[in-house]
Amino acid sequence: MLGLNKKDLGVLLLVALLAMAAPILLNPFPADSGMAQFNAGYPDLMQRFVIFGIFAIGYNILFGLTGYLSFGHAAFLGVGSYSAVWMMKLLSMNVIPAILLSVIVAGLFSVVIGYVSLRRSGIYFSILTLAFAQMSFNLAYSVLTPITNGETGLQISLSDPRILDGANAPSYPNLFGAQMNSAATIDVGSWSFTFSVGYYLCALLMLVAFYISIRIFRSPFGLMLRAVKSNQQRMNYTGLNTKPYTLAAFVISGMYAGLAGGLLAAMDPLAGAERMQWTASGEVVLMTILGGAGTLLGPVLGAGFIKYFENIFSKINDNVLHGWFSFMPDGIEDFIITIIHPFVGKGWHLTLGLLFMLVVIFLPGGLVEGGQRIGRLFRRKKADTNTPDGTKTPAE
Amino acid sequence: MDAILLQLLNGLDKGSAYALIALGLTLIFGTLGVVNFAHGAIFMIGAFCAVTLSKIFSLSHLASEPSGTDFLGKPKYDDVLYIKEWFGESAGAWMLDWSVPLSILFAIPVMIAIGFIMERGLIKHFYKRPHADQILVTFGLAIVLQEVIKYFYGANPIPTAAPEAFRGSFDFGVLLGFDPNAIIYPYWRLIYFAFSAVIIGGVFAFLQFTTFGMVVRAGMADRETVGLLGINIDKRFTIMFGIAAAVAGLAGVMYAPINSPNYHMGMDFLVLSFVVVVVGGMGSLPGAVLAGFLLGILESFASMNEVKNILPGIDQIIIYVVAIIILLTRPRGLMGRKGVMEE
Repeated sequence: MLGLNKKDLGVLLLVALLAMAAPILLNPFPADSGMAQFNAGYPDLMQRFVIFGIFAIGYNILFGLTGYLSFGHAAFLGVGSYSAVWMMKLLSMNVIPAILLSVIVAGLFSVVIGYVSLRRSGIYFSILTLAFAQMSFNLAYSVLTPITNGETGLQISLSDPRILDGANAPSYPNLFGAQMNSAATIDVGSWSFTFSVGYYLCALLMLVAFYISIRIFRSPFGLMLRAVKSNQQRMNYTGLNTKPYTLAAFVISGMYAGLAGGLLAAMDPLAGAERMQWTASGEVVLMTILGGAGTLLGPVLGAGFIKYFENIFSKINDNVLHGWFSFMPDGIEDFIITIIHPFVGKGWHLTLGLLFMLVVIFLPGGLVEGGQRIGRLFRRKKADTNTPDGTKTPAE
Repeated sequence: MDAILLQLLNGLDKGSAYALIALGLTLIFGTLGVVNFAHGAIFMIGAFCAVTLSKIFSLSHLASEPSGTDFLGKPKYDDVLYIKEWFGESAGAWMLDWSVPLSILFAIPVMIAIGFIMERGLIKHFYKRPHADQILVTFGLAIVLQEVIKYFYGANPIPTAAPEAFRGSFDFGVLLGFDPNAIIYPYWRLIYFAFSAVIIGGVFAFLQFTTFGMVVRAGMADRETVGLLGINIDKRFTIMFGIAAAVAGLAGVMYAPINSPNYHMGMDFLVLSFVVVVVGGMGSLPGAVLAGFLLGILESFASMNEVKNILPGIDQIIIYVVAIIILLTRPRGLMGRKGVMEE
């Protein structure tokens, strides 16, 4: 079905199911309980899960398949956001033109940057993309202020022309009248589930993006990209020009980033230059690596993981910690809290940095590899019980 | 003419910082073949060494004897600096005033120790891994170091003053026959330039004129052969890593009075220093120094109003534009050796 084999279809359906049921699944704790702060089932956060999921899926097409480590993908995200907000200012508050334009503009932008950057590889490529992204960031802050509105960020206002919108069109981003921020809340017992229009739009687009990425992974084109990763020189010696392939991968991932940027702007019509800063590029690298570069599910997992813990960890403050450890004797309680304190709340980035280092050092394949290792551990145990003499070869 | 001279001077101090960081980066890359994204964090830690020392020197306690009465008639206790108690009034005041230059002595062992720990504890395990992994793990390390500093020192820049004697400005114009006040240049920036020139000269002399340096240069050219000759090249490379860390750290210490240290200054400099290294030629020490000064001066020329009127915004992007042009036209950089990391 859909041109996928059974396993991939299963993965796609699993992701679809998880994405559709996310408002329920991510709200496992009753709204009035103390654990409610660990719920992630509110639209704003879920939207970030799927939007950064799209961003990471796209990045994975470049980094995971070709091995080109780009440190400038945030530029495409930023460009996408700016073009989406401009569409909402000029044409209509309907998100469709905004998202379309953000993908197209980011695509064009990535053709230019990719064409130049891909003339080099390895660390030079990383530095070229970094240089381009920093250039765009600096320009967005300074000379391009008429377009980007500088430090304030680009916002919509009531006086914008919006030539396609009628007199009483909604003044908030919408999809043919359905506003992005409108949501239905359903209470089941003490649980409360919020289903928002914006989230489902993002989730649907994420599924489309995920489907396309599976198709790319399984296509001859994807195979070619992997060949580039394993030995580009050999590819060149066989008389094949790899440039069009890598450029195509770069542009596709740039368009994914543009889509993510456009969606960010569609959910919250605001675009700032800080989205283009190189720390933002670093974030998507973190997501992809943490989840598992070169795997299908990895980037989605990584994006969800980072965004969830970013949100949760930043919320934990000393009061919460005292609440947790109140059963301990005072001295020990204070001691433990002193130790944990630097890692939570504002110290989230410290945890993230440590986590990232640990993953790169011990688990280069990311969370997906971790899962596989655990799975293999169980399977081997089972195999051992079947063949006690241990003659069975390990499933490598 | 005077404006051009002024920009030339302005470029020198930024260029010195770029050159020092790029020199360290190149030392590490040339010896160990590791792309160190945490080098900016080392620069930042150096600057915070200066902050720490001046904080230690200004530790105080309340005097036991009241010095008088305040306006409510209660006895008033003055703050007494420990350092003045220990070293006497004038020596203590002098040490507090000179805390930034004194931090050099404090920073050298600290930075070398940090370099050793980094190399032995982490980077050693990444020699055989691809460059992408090295970039990623050092990037993670940079985040960690930065956040640790932020935790202890807060997110705001901490002003750190240069010694009283160097706080003024020097009127270059008079010296060269221009009008007074045409070319004004702060003393400390001159000191910074001289200091970095000394450090750069020292590193080159060390590599050129000592047996140790000779072995290291041989190891940079052909690591395997040097190893086969029975020389423990790994140990020497570790020492070079420590020296590279010390160079970046000292660059940071002396930079503290120019720009108040904050926790992300390392990242800001790192991106530019990488560009500098690439422009100069990966693995080429003279190239790194040359490109550092070149780009620093170019940047300050681009920020002249005359230039900005023709090309608005050029001051923000000039370094990147130069880097892109260099990478595309001369991939091995200005002074890179043929065949080294040209891919």
